[in-house]
Amino acid sequence: MNFDMGSYGIYIWPAYGVSAVAIIGAIVWTVTSWRRAKAKLAALEKRNP
Amino acid sequence: MSVFTTLLLRDIRLAARSGGSAALALSFFALVATLVPLGVGADLHLLARVAGGVLWVGAVLSALLSLDRLFQGDFEDGSLDVIALAPLPLELTALAKIAAHWLSTGLPLTLLSPLLALLFNLPGHATAILFVSLLIGTPAVSAIGAIGASLTLSLKRGGLILPLIILPLLSPAVIFGAGAVQATLDGMAAGSALGLLAAFALASVLLSPFAAAACVRLNLGG
Amino acid sequence: MNFLFRYANPHEFMRLSGAVLPVLAIATALCFSIGLYLGFSVPPDYQQGTTVALMFIHVPADVVAELAYGAIAVCSLLSLVWRHPLSDTAARAAAPFGALFTALGLITGALWGKPMWGTYWVWDARLTSFLLLLFLYFGYMALWNAIEDETRAARACAILALVGVVNIPIIKFSVDWWSTLHQGESIMAGKIAPVYLAPLLIMMLGYTLLFVTLWMVRIRTAILERRARNLMQQAAS
Repeated sequence: MNFDMGSYGIYIWPAYGVSAVAIIGAIVWTVTSWRRAKAKLAALEKRNP
Repeated sequence: MSVFTTLLLRDIRLAARSGGSAALALSFFALVATLVPLGVGADLHLLARVAGGVLWVGAVLSALLSLDRLFQGDFEDGSLDVIALAPLPLELTALAKIAAHWLSTGLPLTLLSPLLALLFNLPGHATAILFVSLLIGTPAVSAIGAIGASLTLSLKRGGLILPLIILPLLSPAVIFGAGAVQATLDGMAAGSALGLLAAFALASVLLSPFAAAACVRLNLGG
Repeated sequence: MNFLFRYANPHEFMRLSGAVLPVLAIATALCFSIGLYLGFSVPPDYQQGTTVALMFIHVPADVVAELAYGAIAVCSLLSLVWRHPLSDTAARAAAPFGALFTALGLITGALWGKPMWGTYWVWDARLTSFLLLLFLYFGYMALWNAIEDETRAARACAILALVGVVNIPIIKFSVDWWSTLHQGESIMAGKIAPVYLAPLLIMMLGYTLLFVTLWMVRIRTAILERRARNLMQQAAS
């Protein structure tokens, strides 16, 4: 793989960086809210079966 | 007198009474036209070049001011329920309100525009095109604005969301309207721009009542 | 149509999505791995140099941005016309991701623009259309949050989404028209050399699978949240 982007690196790496942060952030947020919802539902179901 | 005409006249009368929406819109329009040169400088050549866009954006924003009250007043005091039961289809009611809004806001703004164009050193022929473009285009603003007004009908502070919703939808009007003025300044025919604007306005006026009526129904029925 | 309604039942949806999700996630990861590997193995472009690498994250973002809105429009139609029960939930769930990828498309587009045209923002027809699309997403999400009654909010947003989807071609046409007045053809259009096609398509697939995966999890989450709300209401009464 070729990582030498020459003078364009200053544009390419931030772009990849922002995309990575955004995508990872989206995944984390999605998974976290899923887990939270699951836990909350489980707690409620235990209280009133 | 038909129900349509009755509603139309009633709405115009209401608009004139409640703080005179025409006066408010005209003042706002004039203020925008005053602020922009203060912001970009008094270079008359520059102002002439931006006049089309600035005045178009100013007109759209000014017309927005009274939109959130389009259905809300009647909704809040229950008149909308009564109107919905009238023999007139809700779509035509919406059209009457759109017409009333245009007559009390869009039309006055159009009539003021040549005076403001003067402030921007816009040449005569371009001013005429600006006038025509606003005349054709402001009905679209009222029509699409009515959709936004009916969507945000039940919101107390719907006035903040309404511009966010409808301004993107109005971008074709600004593009074609200001584009017509720009074409004239560049010595080209404004025909195609005005034609596209007219098509957009016609489509908006014909189709918006259906969307607006659907939204009103959903707010009344719920 | 019956096929769609079979999975309108939240239980059925949970069951099906639970089975499909691991497959989707793995497929997504595979696409990204292969796509990125290929993307960084290609030779620099004759005209664009190494900035062609930006195409592999810009174009897929744009694709998902539009795909998400299309999904919202379809769900809105299903909701309004056929009263498909899960559609409202699905539509609302898609919006944040649509907005995110639209923003990503704009950012990567700007970073691509600087080396190509000298400035970060050029009122290129495509970028301008996507900026307006971002506002459409904001308006849609704002309306959902503003209307308190859920059923009303769902219907209003469905109407807004459909009005938007009718308007989007008009907006694109008008922005295109405007842009050719000012600066000629959009610079980002043009033919793609075959050697770049493979990584581009794989990344487009990867981004799409990513969106579908995240979307599915969001819908599942919303279903659980609604169940929790119902339980709380039952307990309160």
